[in-house]
Amino acid sequence: MESLTNRKKVVSDKPMTFMEELYLPAIFHGMKVTFKHMLQKRKTIKYPEETRVFAPVYRGMHVLKRDEKGRENCTACGLCAVACPAEAITMIAGERKKGEENLYREEKYAEMYEINMLRCIFCGLCEEACPKEAIFLTDRIVPTEFDRENFIYGKDKLVESIEFPIDITKRQDTGKRTEK
Amino acid sequence: MDTGLLIEKSVLVLIIFTISLGIAAYQTYFERKLAAWIQDRVGPDRAGPFGILQPIADGVKMFLKEDFIPKDADKWLFIIGPGIAMFTSLITSAIIPWGTDLELFGRTITLQVADFDIGILYLFAVLSISVYGIMIGGWASNNKYSLYGAIRASSQMISYELAMGISAITIIMLSGSLSLTDIVNKQHGMNWNIFYQPICFVVFFICSMAETNRAPFDLPECENELIGGYHTEYSSMKLGLYLFSEYTAMFISSAIIAILFLGGYNFPGMDNFSGNTLAILSIVAFFSKIFLFIFIFMWIRWTIPRFRFDQLMHLGWKVLIPIAMVNLLITGIVIAIKEGWFNELM
Repeated sequence: MESLTNRKKVVSDKPMTFMEELYLPAIFHGMKVTFKHMLQKRKTIKYPEETRVFAPVYRGMHVLKRDEKGRENCTACGLCAVACPAEAITMIAGERKKGEENLYREEKYAEMYEINMLRCIFCGLCEEACPKEAIFLTDRIVPTEFDRENFIYGKDKLVESIEFPIDITKRQDTGKRTEK
Repeated sequence: MDTGLLIEKSVLVLIIFTISLGIAAYQTYFERKLAAWIQDRVGPDRAGPFGILQPIADGVKMFLKEDFIPKDADKWLFIIGPGIAMFTSLITSAIIPWGTDLELFGRTITLQVADFDIGILYLFAVLSISVYGIMIGGWASNNKYSLYGAIRASSQMISYELAMGISAITIIMLSGSLSLTDIVNKQHGMNWNIFYQPICFVVFFICSMAETNRAPFDLPECENELIGGYHTEYSSMKLGLYLFSEYTAMFISSAIIAILFLGGYNFPGMDNFSGNTLAILSIVAFFSKIFLFIFIFMWIRWTIPRFRFDQLMHLGWKVLIPIAMVNLLITGIVIAIKEGWFNELM
């Protein structure tokens, strides 16, 4: 049968010819190869200064979005926690009080919302499960830490700030959210 | 005793010492860069522009590491080992003629610390001693890997010194002198020995690679079989001295090869210059030859995998020594015919 790659070589242990026993031709050939590589373009991406181009659907650190009026989208329905295969998400729901209408979009909101970034496998199922377009995965990378506790991200790290909203337009518009 | 001579030689010694250490330090940088280039990587580029301060960072790191001596090690030999290795690789530089005479402050300064009549003998004596640094270090560590490394180093060095010596004798026969200055001056005007003795050059080059424990002959310290070989137990600046001595040895052997085969400080068209210009140009020519050989040393290291020990011994005893001997014989006969020693017989 013909091999798939056509690169198959039959191994043999026939005695070396005189030219092969000299070693030098083979060595010079090897040196030629390495010299060619010396002049080639480097393939390294110097990470902190340069970054690889991310695909539009890259699944990195999560963000909890606010709507256009700066209110949190999340209603603490818990669907993301249920959908999460790694059980990385926990939350405690709270009821919106009077006068908090500018903070939370609906009557219910997440008092506490935590994602354990060490458990998370960045599958994006939370994003898919979310009916309110509240949680999205972004092209940001979870920074390294020295302690495991620091990888449990609370609302302080997850919710986007009003002044600097996280751009998620590259991700598909799910069209789930209904204007209220 | 001439005080001026004393000062002149002391300054020269200091300068050569500094240059050898500086070049050895930057060889580590260049080696890492070259390895990276060959493997399509970038290499050290964080410390300073293009990573130019990397050797200094490495040196500081070496000094700050814990200086560990194993419990069962022979303490004094353990301390002396790296010192001997460094010392022997540095003192070889004493006999190297770095350039033509320099005129400074009304004095003629010979750019050579000591012009022995028997320069090559001294060179081989020092080369033989240099195995002691590795041997003592490996033995004193009281570690089986270190001992293996040390045994390999000594057997390898002894085997390759023979072929190296025989090929050096060929050059001595051509030049008719044991003094390195005479050998260099004999090659004046592009009469470089490499054109007359290419086989001898190849043998000598391979042997110097083995003598400096460079890949593909780095069996004494192969990282993956012997975990570093003779310097397994060493840490801190003692390890630094071992690594440093290897790089200094590489620098010095490149210089020796340049002297014996590439005409040392001779360069084409050197008769058009004189005085200090000539001296400086000759130094530049000599150093560019040295750097060329350092580059080739490194290039080979990152191209060829390590020899197996039996292959190493086979190459040394059954290939290089016979080739060197036949070459010696042929050279001797050719010289004898040229000198007319056979005339009466024929």
